[in-house]
Order: sequence, then C-alpha cells, then structure tokens
Amino acid sequence: MSETTDIDMLRYCRSQTGRHIMLLVRSPSEVINPLLFFLLVIILFPLGLGPDREQLSVLAPGILWVVALLANLMICMRLFVDDFEDGSLEQLAMARVPLAIAVLPQLVASWLASGLLLSLVSPLFGLMLGLSMDVTPVLVASLLMGTAIMLLLGAVGSALTVGVQRGGMLLALLVLPLYVPVLIAGTRALNEALYGGDPYVALALLGAGVTGGLILAPLAIAAGLRVSLEL
Amino acid sequence: MTTSLLEARDLSIHKGLRQLLKGVNLRVESGDIWQLAGSNGIGKTSLLRSFARLASIEVYGDLSRCDDVLYSGHSAALKGALSPRQNLKYHPSGLCIPSDSEIDDALASVGLSGYENALTARLSAGQKRRVALARLFLPTGRLWLLDEPFTALDVAGVEVLEQRFKAHAHAGGAVVFTSHQSADLGDRLNVLDLEQFRGE
Amino acid sequence: MWRIVHQFGSPPWVYGFCDRVIPWLLPITVVALLTGRVWGLLFAPTDYKQGDSYRIIYIHVPAAVVALAGYYVMALAGLVSLVWRVKLADTAMRAAAPIGAAYTAIALITGAIWGKPTWGAWWVWDARITSMLILFFLYVGVIALFEAYENKTVAARACAILSLVGTVNIPIISKSVDWWYSLHQPASIKFTGSSAIDASMLYPLLGMIVAFYALFALLMMLNLKQSLTSEYAQSNWLIKRITT
Repeated sequence: MSETTDIDMLRYCRSQTGRHIMLLVRSPSEVINPLLFFLLVIILFPLGLGPDREQLSVLAPGILWVVALLANLMICMRLFVDDFEDGSLEQLAMARVPLAIAVLPQLVASWLASGLLLSLVSPLFGLMLGLSMDVTPVLVASLLMGTAIMLLLGAVGSALTVGVQRGGMLLALLVLPLYVPVLIAGTRALNEALYGGDPYVALALLGAGVTGGLILAPLAIAAGLRVSLEL
Repeated sequence: MTTSLLEARDLSIHKGLRQLLKGVNLRVESGDIWQLAGSNGIGKTSLLRSFARLASIEVYGDLSRCDDVLYSGHSAALKGALSPRQNLKYHPSGLCIPSDSEIDDALASVGLSGYENALTARLSAGQKRRVALARLFLPTGRLWLLDEPFTALDVAGVEVLEQRFKAHAHAGGAVVFTSHQSADLGDRLNVLDLEQFRGE
Repeated sequence: MWRIVHQFGSPPWVYGFCDRVIPWLLPITVVALLTGRVWGLLFAPTDYKQGDSYRIIYIHVPAAVVALAGYYVMALAGLVSLVWRVKLADTAMRAAAPIGAAYTAIALITGAIWGKPTWGAWWVWDARITSMLILFFLYVGVIALFEAYENKTVAARACAILSLVGTVNIPIISKSVDWWYSLHQPASIKFTGSSAIDASMLYPLLGMIVAFYALFALLMMLNLKQSLTSEYAQSNWLIKRITT
C-alpha cells in the first residue's frame, strides 16, 4: 500500500489523462479558440503584406511558424492556471507519484487538443498563404514535433509564473527566447522541402528536441510548480 | 514503540523577512486528533502546509512524516464541469481509484445521495463543501492534514465531520486540522496553541 | 578542503573576503582597463580592411565574452542554492544578474556602433549579435521573474530554476542561430571576422578580456557587500565590523 508501483503510476496517468480530456471536451472553446486565433492572425499577413501570391508563398513557412508559436504561447498561458486556483495543483503535488510524472497527463491532453489539431489543420492555412501542397507531410511532421517541444518549454515557463499576477507577459518573455531554435528548425525543414534540399536534418533535430524535452522538461516543470505552490 | 505518524522538532517557519513561528514541537501518534489553534495570520495554514511538505523553502528544523497523507486545503480541487462521482473517482491526489460503490457510500454519508451525477457547478456552496468532505469517507490516507475543514458546513455537516474524525482516529489514523471554531471532540482532542511559538 | 568550501556559505566570512579583496582589486581593474583601452586605441595597428573603426571590438568582444560567462556564473550560483540550500548563493545569483545584463547591453550597443561605419547599418542580423540579443532577453527574464514574486526567498528559487533552464538552452540557441545564419548569408561575407587576427591586435584584446572579467568580479563583490549589508543590518557581526 505504501509502495508506488509502475502499474499504479500508469493507471494514475491514464485516469488523469482521461480527466483532463473530459474537462477539455466540456469546454470546447478552450480547444477552438487557439485555432481561431491561428486563422485570424494568418489572415492578417496577406492584408498587411499584399496579396501577391509569389511573395506570400516565399514568406509562408515563416508566417506559419511564427503564428503557431504565438498560438502555442496562448495555450501555455492558460495551462496550469485553473488547477492552481482551485487547488488541484496542490493535490497533484500531494499524490504519491513523482510530480514530474504527474504533470504528464495534463501536458498530453493539452497537446492533443492544441498542437495535434493545429498541425493537422495547418495545410489548409498553408494553402491560404500559397504554400505548395507538396510539402504538406513536412509541414505536418514539423509542426507535430515543434508544437510538442513548445508546449513542454512553455509549460516550464507556465509553472514558474502561474502564481504571479498577470503573468502572461512574463511568460512570453521567459519562453520566447527558448522557442527560437524550434522556430529556426521548423522553418528550415519547410524551406529545404520547398527548394529541393534535405528537410530530414531539421526534422531529426526536432525529433531530438521532443525526446530531450520529454526527459528534461518535466523535471523543470515539477520544480517550477513546487516553487509556485510555496506562495 | 509506535512510530509516530508525524514528528516535528524545533520547526521554524519564515515568510520573506518575517519569522512566523519558531521552535514548534509536535508529535502525532495514531489515534490522535490535533487542532492547531491561534489568531488570524499566526501561521496555522503555513504550519499545516509545511507538514504537507507543500511549503519547504522557508521551513527550518526537523520534520519526519509517514507517506500515507491526505491533505485538504482552502480550495477543494473540485471541477465544476464534472459530476461529484467523477470528481471523487479521478481526484488528482489519489493513486487508489475508488470503486463506484465506495463513492456512492461516501456521498450518502455526507447526505448527497441522489446527487452523484449532477453537475458540480450547479450545487450550492454547502453542497460543494460536502462533496469535498466525501473524500474523507473513502479509503484514504492515515494522516489527515485538513485546513479549516469546518468552514461552510451547517450544524448537521459539522456533526458528521466530528463523527468521522473520531471514527478515523479510532481506526488508527490521525487528524491534524486548523480551525477557528472549537470542535466537540471530547477528550480525544489535543489543542496546539500556536501563540506559544510566535516568531520575532 | 570542505572547510574552505563551507566558508563560502558564511556571510560574515564572505563579507570579510570582499572587504579584503576590493581594496586591491579596484586599482588593478582600473589599471587593466585603462591599459587595454589605451593600447587598443593608440598602439594597436590599424586594420587594413576596416581602418580605425574596428577598435570598438576592444570593448565589444570582452563585453560579449564576459556577458556569456556571467550567465553561467549566475546559473552556477543558482545550482548551488538549489542543491545545497546555501542562502548566500541566492545573493550571489541576484548580484550577477544585473551586471551580466549590463554587459550584454554594452555588447549590443558597441556592436551597433561597430556596425554603422563598417557595414552601413546600425543593426545587422548576424549570428553573434542575434545570439547576444537573445542572451539579453534571457537575463531580463531572470530579473523580471525575481521582481514578479513578492516573497524574495521563493523568488530566488524560481530564478535558480530559470537560470538552469537557460543554461541548458544557451548552447542550443547559439548553435541554431549559427545554423540559421549560415543559410541566409553567403559565406563570402564573414561578418564575424575573428578568423585570422594578428598577434599585435590579439594581445590588447586578451588584456581587455581579463580586465573585463576583473571588473565583473569587482562589481559582483561590491554588489554582494551591499546586499549583505542590507540583509544583515541587524546582525551583531556586521555592526561590529562596521563600527571597528
């Protein structure tokens, strides 16, 4: 009864993931809003830069990635706030599962509802910006990995700022420098695919980022949450 | 020699530059019920949270504690979008997922049978408090650390909680709680007045 | 050996250390800075490509080098604070942050000053400058996080975590910025021209780097002394020290 077995941890993670998905299903606006934001901001670029298809298609990779980055930031701002305020984070810290593992269910559920959806919908937005359909596989693959990394990094920032009043801007300040490599790798993958180069180097780097992030980020997230709970 | 469920030796708690409490000594054995008493702001919640190890940065001294702990803070960790049954079944603190019958019994004990599948957001404040209380009727930890458990409970609710404390202590568990009100727990109750540990 | 390490955690000892070191570090730093500056300004040869405007690198490069090192110092202090719960490490970390940020700002400004006569623009997105800019934001982030928390002890813990996260990311960021830059700029124009530098130009540069390190150490000690003074204002050992 006092030993925490691996099976117990798995069962806990599964049930908690279910809980978070249930909650997301019950508030669909949390899922839809980032996608709408993505769409609205994408629309701003042709309006601001001019409708020239040639020009837009050259800029498309960068635009898509920057907007994906901002949408991700929006999601991370909401990440732990509700649970912090209603006491769920406290209970999470009291669970006899290492906090680094206990936060994974929420991250998984959040990614499924945000990064995954965003990546799957992105070819449509690419189309609006004149992005060739040939690079769709690279686009989706890079976004799937990139949004995962950005969620993990954003969660670190979120964990440190959840107790701070109006911590949104602070979160952006902390996290955007860390997003730079993801942005660079993601746009590189797309540009290589578009101009006949090799996108796999960039994709492999993104993959390494996801793996490394999955191992290291939860530790930082747990440490950050414990600090926020001290307040 | 019974190993105590919680032992605090010479604990002192700071908050920023202020020292809230110093030299706190407490030993909680199984079967004990302890109330942490003191005026507002003296540090009851901080002390309880240090027992829960939620506060550790500014806590100095010795603290040893069993692992089987249930903590209940100011906020009840209930999600309005879920039903009481779901809230209890998938509570973020628990490794043991209670069975449906255990949940039904617990909700019945707090007088909420019939509300198992209601939307928690639609319950009244008192009813929500009772859902949080129902946690104590599930097979849970040995050491209970409860922050203001009697708030927002009516007379019947207070009675139910007092009975539950006594039953838990009788079964070998222990309760440490903070409260403004004095609870009617008879001679089982030990009161730790925190005024004696007031910091500088 | 552990006794020596242990002493670093004791505020009175560190205060005394600062007191003893500052009196001679101050003049040495001033002399080193002046020497390096004069040497760089007057005695180093004129660059055949950039003329005399290149001399700003005698401030720009040392500032950049120490700015990066400063972040690691800050993160190391944070690590010590996290792992060994040494309160003094918090103070050291807090002392390093604004100094490092200032160094980064100097590096950025002198980089811009260098850029204008050399390439005609105040700001050029080359790899080094871009990495410096991101480093600046990493510093500002730590300082902002510290200011955001009311409880400063908890704030220091949060900053320690953030500095460590930043440390892990700095190599990743700088490598990825280099990679980004190599794609978008043809290799023929090497803006970060530290490839083959003549010995007569190198020595004053190295001298300035050492001087900047010394300045960093000096500023840190001054800052530490000031923090310790305000933190332990009521303590006996401090009162005794000041009054004797």
